[in-house]
Amino acid sequence: MAERSKIALIVSLILCGLISFALGHIHVTDEGGHITTLAEKYSYYYDILVTIGINIILAVGLNLVNGYTGQFSLGHAGFMAAGAYASSWLTLSFGYALGSSAFSTTFVFVVALLVGGVAAAGSGLLVGVPSLRLKGDYLAIVTLGFNEIIKGVIQNAEPLGAQRGLGGMVQHTNFFWTFAFAAVTIYVVISLVNSTYGRGFLAVRDDEIAAEAMGINTTKYKVLAFVLGAFFAGIAGGIYAHFKQFIHPEGFNFMKSVDVVVMVILGGMGSTAGVCLAAAILTILPELLRYVSHIEGLPEWLRHIAENRMILYSLLLIVLMLTRPQGLFGAVNLKRKKA
Amino acid sequence: MADKLLEFLQQLVNGLSQGSIYALIALGYTMVFGVLRFINFAHGDVYMLGAFVGFYLGPKVSQMFGRGLTSATMPMGDLLNPGAIAIILLAMLICAVIGIVIERLCYRPLRERPKLTVLITAIGVSLFLENGGQYLFGVDPKSFPDVITDRALEIPESWGKISGLTITLSQVLIFFVTLLLLLVLRHIVVKTKIGMAMRALSFNPVAAQLMGINIDVVISFTFGLGSALAGAAGILTSIQQPSIDPLMGINAGLKAFVAAVLGCIGNLQGAALGGLLIGVVEALVVGYGNPTYRDPIVFGVLILILLVKPTGLLGASEREKV
Repeated sequence: MAERSKIALIVSLILCGLISFALGHIHVTDEGGHITTLAEKYSYYYDILVTIGINIILAVGLNLVNGYTGQFSLGHAGFMAAGAYASSWLTLSFGYALGSSAFSTTFVFVVALLVGGVAAAGSGLLVGVPSLRLKGDYLAIVTLGFNEIIKGVIQNAEPLGAQRGLGGMVQHTNFFWTFAFAAVTIYVVISLVNSTYGRGFLAVRDDEIAAEAMGINTTKYKVLAFVLGAFFAGIAGGIYAHFKQFIHPEGFNFMKSVDVVVMVILGGMGSTAGVCLAAAILTILPELLRYVSHIEGLPEWLRHIAENRMILYSLLLIVLMLTRPQGLFGAVNLKRKKA
Repeated sequence: MADKLLEFLQQLVNGLSQGSIYALIALGYTMVFGVLRFINFAHGDVYMLGAFVGFYLGPKVSQMFGRGLTSATMPMGDLLNPGAIAIILLAMLICAVIGIVIERLCYRPLRERPKLTVLITAIGVSLFLENGGQYLFGVDPKSFPDVITDRALEIPESWGKISGLTITLSQVLIFFVTLLLLLVLRHIVVKTKIGMAMRALSFNPVAAQLMGINIDVVISFTFGLGSALAGAAGILTSIQQPSIDPLMGINAGLKAFVAAVLGCIGNLQGAALGGLLIGVVEALVVGYGNPTYRDPIVFGVLILILLVKPTGLLGASEREKV
């Protein structure tokens, strides 16, 4: 198992590199007759592709907390914000500290991503500590509160642009970095879940009291899940910031957290493959709906529905919970109440 | 010195009136938590719907019932405004129905499922109401119809320094309507049969059922009662801040939830106390500190209380049953 997943990781990293190279170096002529790269010619699709990668990192990280460990975090966007701001501040301040060659700026970018991840992990630790005492609904609200607090702190931090947002980052993010980090995230989560640690996570989820009675340090596992989930969210935030080149505190609000939660639930809590698929589906769906809403000749009501994707999302969430609470691809049986 | 005291009192008045709104919403959270042990995330959006009931039906109702006595005939005449009372009652009724329908359709089928499933459903319902509201009512804020003309009350000079305070009609109205509703609620919960059933259910659901209590009816009633209070809060807040939008329930709902936890979730007095406290804390942060820190500080209070005394201010510590 371990060997196979290691090989899979290496293969996917090489694939990421190859695809990224192809996107950036195959030259084609666009409509205007100019010679551009594939990525620029199909920038709309490229944009969606990178967003899928970012969402995969977010959702797989959150799945570790919500799916495998059975805690309910509603503050993932807060961790993402911590990572996005920390890494952006670093590249803005020290982007050219090691010279201006492509290699050295990219090096700074990757270091900044990792630092962003660590910053987010630090805030994850802050959330994890109160989470030791709280369960279910309370935890959801506390994480939501932390999301608001992180947002509030950023809104008042002048060096981070406060309420104006922060911009001017160089677009370091490309296909390779996004999907390489996505692959690493998936690899780490899968390896972790299949290790001794993974048994600990699952035990905490399945029956916390029994796990504790068996001598499992439930606190440790809960905090570990939070910190790791936050770390990946921070990385995703850094990648996002260096892709969009502009970040704003309001972009990391409660709604963004809910977006990620919906991905995890749709995919099925505790199913990494399902969550990846759900992240892709839920990234493409709004674009598809936007396309549908502009097709001529469709009935008016259908176009209305297509324009209001959030109504659709919420209905999806309710219907899913009523009929298939384990998610589309979930392995966990949430149907029966624990005794 | 006196000026500082006056300013402090002013913040206190503002805080108490905003806190009354939070208290009304918090009561709904607390009652539902009491009987079902789950957080009705959609509760804040029922409050929003209450405000929109007032927006659409307010002018008509106001016309039908008149605007009450003018201040010329009686000093506080416009407090007894039949139109406004009718609107509040109507909003309470409609919100109660909405609350019962939500429970019947979305929560009842899930009653035997893990709490997480119900919580996610509640988030779904909340998102549905918000986005459905945005679709139906439009995204931009609307100005609430002028059912009560808000004005500053004149405080007699003979009351001394206090006459420098600015107290508006709506603030007094909010405070007293909240007080009245609290008394009515207390009467229902303590003195009536259905109230006794509610308390029995929150004490021990299985035993309550064995004693012949129809828990479906009691749960429906609880949802109706809580939603009615949220509807009243929706109207009251719109009289004070005449701008309403479909997302107004998110923030108010979260603050009210914090209030319920602060007081002691499941406890009516706790919800009222927590609501008033949160309102005052907010007013003080806005008045003396930085308004942008208002929301973070409220959530900071929540995290602090959960760390120090998870059962809330009025809560007794409870041992977990295995």
